[in-house]
Amino acid sequence: MDLRLPLAEPTDAEREAIDAVVGAAAANSHRVARADRGRRHLLLPALRAAQRRVGWVSEGALGYTSRRLDVPPADAYGVATFYALLALEERPADVLHVCTDLACRLKGVEMPPGAHPSPCLGLCERAPAALRTVAGPEPREIQLPEAGPALPQAGQPGLRLLRRIAEGVDPESLDAYRENGGYDALRRAIELGPEGVVREVSASHLLGRGGAAFPTGAKWEAVAKQEAQPHYLVCNADESEPGTFKDRVLMEGDPCALVESMTIAAYATGCERGFVYVRAEYPLAHARLESAFAQAREQGLLGDDVMGAGFAFDLELRIGAGAYVCGEETALFQSIEGYRGEPRNKPPFPVEVGLFGKPTVVNNVETLFNVLDVVNESGAAFAAIGTPDSTGTRLFCLSGHVERPGLYEVPFGFPLRDLLDLAGAAPPKAVLLGGAAGSFLRPDQLDLPLTFEDARAAGATLGSGVVIVYDESADLVDAVIRIAEFFRDESCGQCVPCRVGTIRQEEALKRLATGSANGNEREVLADLAEVMRDASICGLGQTAATAVSSAMINLGVLAE
Amino acid sequence: MTAVSVAAPKRLVEITVDGQAVSVTEGSTILDACRRLGIETPTLCYSDTLTPVNVCRVCVVEVEGARVLVPSCSRKVEPGMVVHTDSPRVRTSRRMVLELLSSSVDLSTAPDAQRYVGEYGARPERFGASATVAQPVKVDNDLYVRDYSKCILCYKCVEACGVDHQNTFAITAAGRGFEAHISTEFDVKLPESACVYCGNCIAVCPTGALMFTSEYELRNEGAWNEDAQSQVDTVCPYCGVGCNLTLHVQDDAIVKVTSPDDHDVTRGNLCIKGRFGFQFVQNRE
Repeated sequence: MDLRLPLAEPTDAEREAIDAVVGAAAANSHRVARADRGRRHLLLPALRAAQRRVGWVSEGALGYTSRRLDVPPADAYGVATFYALLALEERPADVLHVCTDLACRLKGVEMPPGAHPSPCLGLCERAPAALRTVAGPEPREIQLPEAGPALPQAGQPGLRLLRRIAEGVDPESLDAYRENGGYDALRRAIELGPEGVVREVSASHLLGRGGAAFPTGAKWEAVAKQEAQPHYLVCNADESEPGTFKDRVLMEGDPCALVESMTIAAYATGCERGFVYVRAEYPLAHARLESAFAQAREQGLLGDDVMGAGFAFDLELRIGAGAYVCGEETALFQSIEGYRGEPRNKPPFPVEVGLFGKPTVVNNVETLFNVLDVVNESGAAFAAIGTPDSTGTRLFCLSGHVERPGLYEVPFGFPLRDLLDLAGAAPPKAVLLGGAAGSFLRPDQLDLPLTFEDARAAGATLGSGVVIVYDESADLVDAVIRIAEFFRDESCGQCVPCRVGTIRQEEALKRLATGSANGNEREVLADLAEVMRDASICGLGQTAATAVSSAMINLGVLAE
Repeated sequence: MTAVSVAAPKRLVEITVDGQAVSVTEGSTILDACRRLGIETPTLCYSDTLTPVNVCRVCVVEVEGARVLVPSCSRKVEPGMVVHTDSPRVRTSRRMVLELLSSSVDLSTAPDAQRYVGEYGARPERFGASATVAQPVKVDNDLYVRDYSKCILCYKCVEACGVDHQNTFAITAAGRGFEAHISTEFDVKLPESACVYCGNCIAVCPTGALMFTSEYELRNEGAWNEDAQSQVDTVCPYCGVGCNLTLHVQDDAIVKVTSPDDHDVTRGNLCIKGRFGFQFVQNRE
């Protein structure tokens, strides 16, 4: 392949920022050295570095990155234009991204002049929220408000996943983590051996907490026995479901626990490399994780000989660039590999063909946190918590019309109504359970025990643990239209049902809401819901009508 | 030339499609099985010469036990699979895909898509006034035009330009969602891009979004008349590869050049000379 490169050259600042990611170019080499090929996975990090340095991705920066990584410029352009946070046109170095999503719009969104609207920033307990990005020699991103309320359950007994955070253990100190139970689980895992760990995880009946509720033990076992090498471990920390902030709280508050749990997962499934893919909107989590990785390396807890136990494992942080769909596991792989975040068709599933085409374990942050207790206490002890089909505890992200918004940990089976009471919810007109991909519940459905099976039986889903409360004053039409806009914005555009279906759904809802209906809307919305659910490639399209349908059917929103 | 396979013979896999048992070789797709049985299955983004991307979703079928419909063009057969190609779910999804496409894209030069729209009873007018991909046609070179108002985003041109055929990588899918579109880097004009004018993207385009300038101009004049055209197969005179050319001739003039998809040498592909270098044949002075 001969690249035809744009004529524009990068500025020195851009070149320096890109070189910091891809390495300095060899002298006198305009052409790509053979050794530099196969590094396409650095494309997104390099583009991000250029943008953080000068505030946007210029033609010179894109061309230079293309040349250094041997990626065709058109291809690199396709990737850059996929991500909402990468700007292909010059803009100020200091940009304010104001959340206009579900939880924040209940608290009143104000858009200062020049601000960019943003989908959910995962700061719902601090709503209204914003993210400020400042490019320059020392780029920074600032989550606003900078601090949120303390954990509402701090000081209460029974916290497991949130224990260290509630107790105020210093998240920036690996020593503090080790003094508070850290690395007991890895030591125990090494005693059990890889197969023993998989056995305990299977016995725990731990189900994935990212939204799909797949049995973690089955996933680990499938990868562990794959002959193809190497195996990869990926932590899906792209948490972008509107209303969700649990993984952010975990990563910011207890980053060493993620490192330890991933080390256990890697040990059990034979992975030497792990990636944590975190959304770009979580700068504090990035910093805390990088620091946790570095301290773990220093103390021999990551590297060639982890804990002196004779196995190698290391972790890398990968940062997204504004794309909800990259939380879909195969889109996430595409993104790490340097491609557009377009989901792959399944099968083959990631346990066989995942990251870089290799067997891959991909787990959500909260799922991995649970592994520590499973290993420490045994799978059977873990399975005794909750219900037989929903074991352990679950994190719920409470926001909207509640007095004490924030992250709550309760055992499975806890009634939704009691959770609302804990958070001081106003008498609700509706509750959105599971996020934009979840469903709206009526006030008479609030006795729902919070388990996977009860949610399913009620035609709902716990999803990523979102609970947004809408009181009598809330405008549900506004919420439903925002959800439709969200999916239209976040559709990757690959398959027809989702690419065109999400915009047709939004158009029909807006016609109904503005009284300009042509009479076909309800029939059209039902058909759209069916084709998106049945024929879309991935979970985004398959759930793009779920909340909208539930609002119409369950609550009668725009129903007549 | 016929290649002789030295691989171990493939096992046969038996599946049921619409109540009929059929055996196909391991690794075949459901679409292969449907074709074996003569069950007509609509396809738009599928081509025998390209890696399936399964994005148009018009070929979806119902597989018993599967939660959602599956794309027949890329889903491999598994022993005992029970497939329905004409269930209400399948018909609804296919009709909706066609409704969505025809409500947003100009399908006037896409005969296959038009036929499916009729067959499945798609009624795009139900949507009323709605967003489309309409935009000015791009005419930036002498050889072919790009009218992305007609683009269904099947990715075939990107695949043909990339690893599947030409390895030129001049174009890509850019943007996201309904704004996704085919583009060069920074949307530069083709002469400033990596395009080598092989025209292999035109050959795979199912909707006429990519079109010979000669065809585009005749259509604009109202003079394009496929019924009056003859197709003449010949061998390209330029080099020793021996590509087959199919000359499309109207009123004693070559108006378009293609190559047969099933030809061993070309698999439908040509280079700039074979595809566009025909003017010398008809210089009449």
